[in-house]
Amino acid sequence: MLIIYLVFALIPGLTFSAGSMDLDEYLEGMNVKTSDIRSLQRGARNFFNNCSGCHTLQYMRYNQIAEDLGITEDQLMQNLIFTENSPQDLVMNNMLREDGNRWFGKAPPDLTLVTRRKSPEYVYGFLNSFYEDNGSPTGVNNHVQEASSMPHVLWDIEERFSEQEYSQFLNDTVGFLVYAGEPIIEKRKSMGVWVIGFLLIFLILSYALYKDIWREVK
Amino acid sequence: MAKDTESIFKNPLLRWIDERFPLSSLIKDHATEYYASKNFNIWYLFGVLSMVVLVIMLLTGFFLTMNYKPSAEDAFNSVEYIMRSVENGWLIRYMHSTGASFFFIVIYLHMFRAMLYGSYKKPRELIWVLGMLLYFCLMAEAFFGYLLPWGNMSYWAGQVIVNLFGYIPFIGESLTEWIRGDYFISDITLNRFFAFHVIFLPLAILGLVAAHILALHHVGSNNPDGVEIKKYLDEAGKPVDGVAFHPFHTSKDLVGITVFLIIYFAAVFFAPEMGGYFLEVDNFEPADPLKTPEHIVPSWYFTPYYAILRAIPNAALGALFLVLAVLLFVFLPWLDKCEVKSIRYRGWQYKFALSLFAISFVALGYLGLQPATGIYVALARFFTITYFAFFLLMPFYTKLEKTKTVPERVVYKKKES
Amino acid sequence: MEKNINRRKFLSIATSVTSAVGGIFAVGVFVSTFQPSKRAKALGASIKVNLSKLEPGSIIKVIYRGKPIWVLRRTEKMINELDNENSNLRDPESDLSIQPDFAKNKFRSKNPEYFVVEGVCTHLGCAPIEKFAIAPADMGPDWKGGFYCPCHGSKFDLSGRVYAGVPAPSNLRVPAHQFADEATLIVGENS
Repeated sequence: MLIIYLVFALIPGLTFSAGSMDLDEYLEGMNVKTSDIRSLQRGARNFFNNCSGCHTLQYMRYNQIAEDLGITEDQLMQNLIFTENSPQDLVMNNMLREDGNRWFGKAPPDLTLVTRRKSPEYVYGFLNSFYEDNGSPTGVNNHVQEASSMPHVLWDIEERFSEQEYSQFLNDTVGFLVYAGEPIIEKRKSMGVWVIGFLLIFLILSYALYKDIWREVK
Repeated sequence: MAKDTESIFKNPLLRWIDERFPLSSLIKDHATEYYASKNFNIWYLFGVLSMVVLVIMLLTGFFLTMNYKPSAEDAFNSVEYIMRSVENGWLIRYMHSTGASFFFIVIYLHMFRAMLYGSYKKPRELIWVLGMLLYFCLMAEAFFGYLLPWGNMSYWAGQVIVNLFGYIPFIGESLTEWIRGDYFISDITLNRFFAFHVIFLPLAILGLVAAHILALHHVGSNNPDGVEIKKYLDEAGKPVDGVAFHPFHTSKDLVGITVFLIIYFAAVFFAPEMGGYFLEVDNFEPADPLKTPEHIVPSWYFTPYYAILRAIPNAALGALFLVLAVLLFVFLPWLDKCEVKSIRYRGWQYKFALSLFAISFVALGYLGLQPATGIYVALARFFTITYFAFFLLMPFYTKLEKTKTVPERVVYKKKES
Repeated sequence: MEKNINRRKFLSIATSVTSAVGGIFAVGVFVSTFQPSKRAKALGASIKVNLSKLEPGSIIKVIYRGKPIWVLRRTEKMINELDNENSNLRDPESDLSIQPDFAKNKFRSKNPEYFVVEGVCTHLGCAPIEKFAIAPADMGPDWKGGFYCPCHGSKFDLSGRVYAGVPAPSNLRVPAHQFADEATLIVGENS
């Protein structure tokens, strides 16, 4: 039984290494921490300043971001909501799908689940591997997503920031997206500790009871 | 007059019930006076664990149904709604998705126990057949359930499995159309799969579980030594090698259940995706008929059969072999010609064959997850042969077994405290 | 032996109690899923109503938590009419009806000019009709303006107060509300 569980415990490790593309060279400096609230706050700010014009988070509500990340409603309105949206609204923007398709060839996709679908490594690697390409309509191309129709929105930031600062920027932003993909991520881990703890106590009690009852069996 | 069973209760309300309902006799027949061997080991835990998982699935499934919307337009969004907007919805959802995988882990181990100790042999063949019917129901339940999130893998896995029916000669095409209710997997298909998943199969499973347990209690449980404990009774008529199910096996099972729940909840809280095996990454985007996933893979618990399907070069024959691979289990009681039940006393032939079978099953499971290229093809073919050989050659190699003497009484070593 | 029985008792009880505690938490998780979801709370959030275009004597209708909410901008005449005593009302002081504290008066509002009320008859839930005209033919010579429910004939005055002798048992409900500024009404919360 233990062996079987250990096998399962190894599977996440096995599957990651069996990914269909080798992203390692683009993951320099990657250190995403969803337990770091400050990082998620910066990531939220980064997202709304740079990404939300084109990308929606259709399953997230502003007020949930505020509640989970320790942001007050005033800070929310000032720093994160640039549309007519109210705090309880979903993070949508005003770009119509047809327009997105026309302007970019492919409308900017919703990003709520991107880190669950593609992996945080993919998103980090993507944002970290734009390069100049005069043959492309946007003037840039991307190593992780060839012929991506997304312009290098962060080019200015990448130029102004040091390598370390840019890595931190990406870590914060990707961390925020991991959070957006699964807002409950930190709470479920802490709840898990309590549940397993309780079950361990129960295990001790039930084992003692079992031993006591079976004492008389020869 | 009602059967004269002494009421086990002192409480007057319960005694009132006893005069009108066989409460005492049920409790006696199935718990306090149902005797099972004292030497049960860990393999004997998986029956009760499967009941625990069934209860978890029914409860979580019921609560999911309160918020899930079975339409192509809303299904995917309703799952995210449950994950984010419903209080503790995420926990219910994760328990259900993790429970599905754990159900198969438990059931495969439960079936393997029967193969280790000959629990399918006379007089327990019907228990085994009922169990196989349960296995078919579970696979169908999992298949129908998998379409419901309406993710991209849901859609395409559904597409592949439904298309398998197309290989049936003459009626194949019309049959698949009839199953789908449409010319392609659509909202109509989703809705009817929902009905199967929520109403029909759970009821069928509950009925079959009741029959399965009744059949078991009618003949009595087997044990790791394959010895019939009813052979030696004490003065009171109780098997000397048996202990009452309650409180002995209930207290032991409680420990086992607790250990199981620790492992289960560890998965729920710390690894609900399990590296993409419990929740496939492709299912985090909505179904898209125009976008086939890079690798269409069924859920891990179906991959052994998927590997067999792909191993056969001919698609129709592959489908046939897939069905046979599942069906052959049913015939084990009649394929196995050895008189001895437990592997502890059987010849090397069965020990070798069963080990090879177990390795083949796991290997095929792994191969089913890989693309069908290169060495994987050869390996899949090899293990398909060993898989089928286990069953088809069984009447022959089991006859050759030189068995050890089966003891008259069960082997029970009490650990010094 | 005595020690054994006591130990057994203790262990049984300890195990049972611990299971019960675990069970209660588990049940609690399931039961909590019944709570209004975040979406329900978002859709049920307070709504803002723009009053800048509302003429005296006109009414705006909005929906809050599934119920029709009416905002009436009373005319001078309506306000004066309400100032007089009306002896035909069942509950003129609004003792039995539901309204915010500041609306427990003749005008059933903080500012007599704006009247905010749920357009739901307190009898069986129909939507009453506006009958603001004084003594029209269908309402009789004593009608001072108000609301009339077509389902079973209940009558309410211009403050939603119910007349005696009609099926409806109480005055129309006034929801929690506040005025963010002169031209903005927020329905759903008091100040």
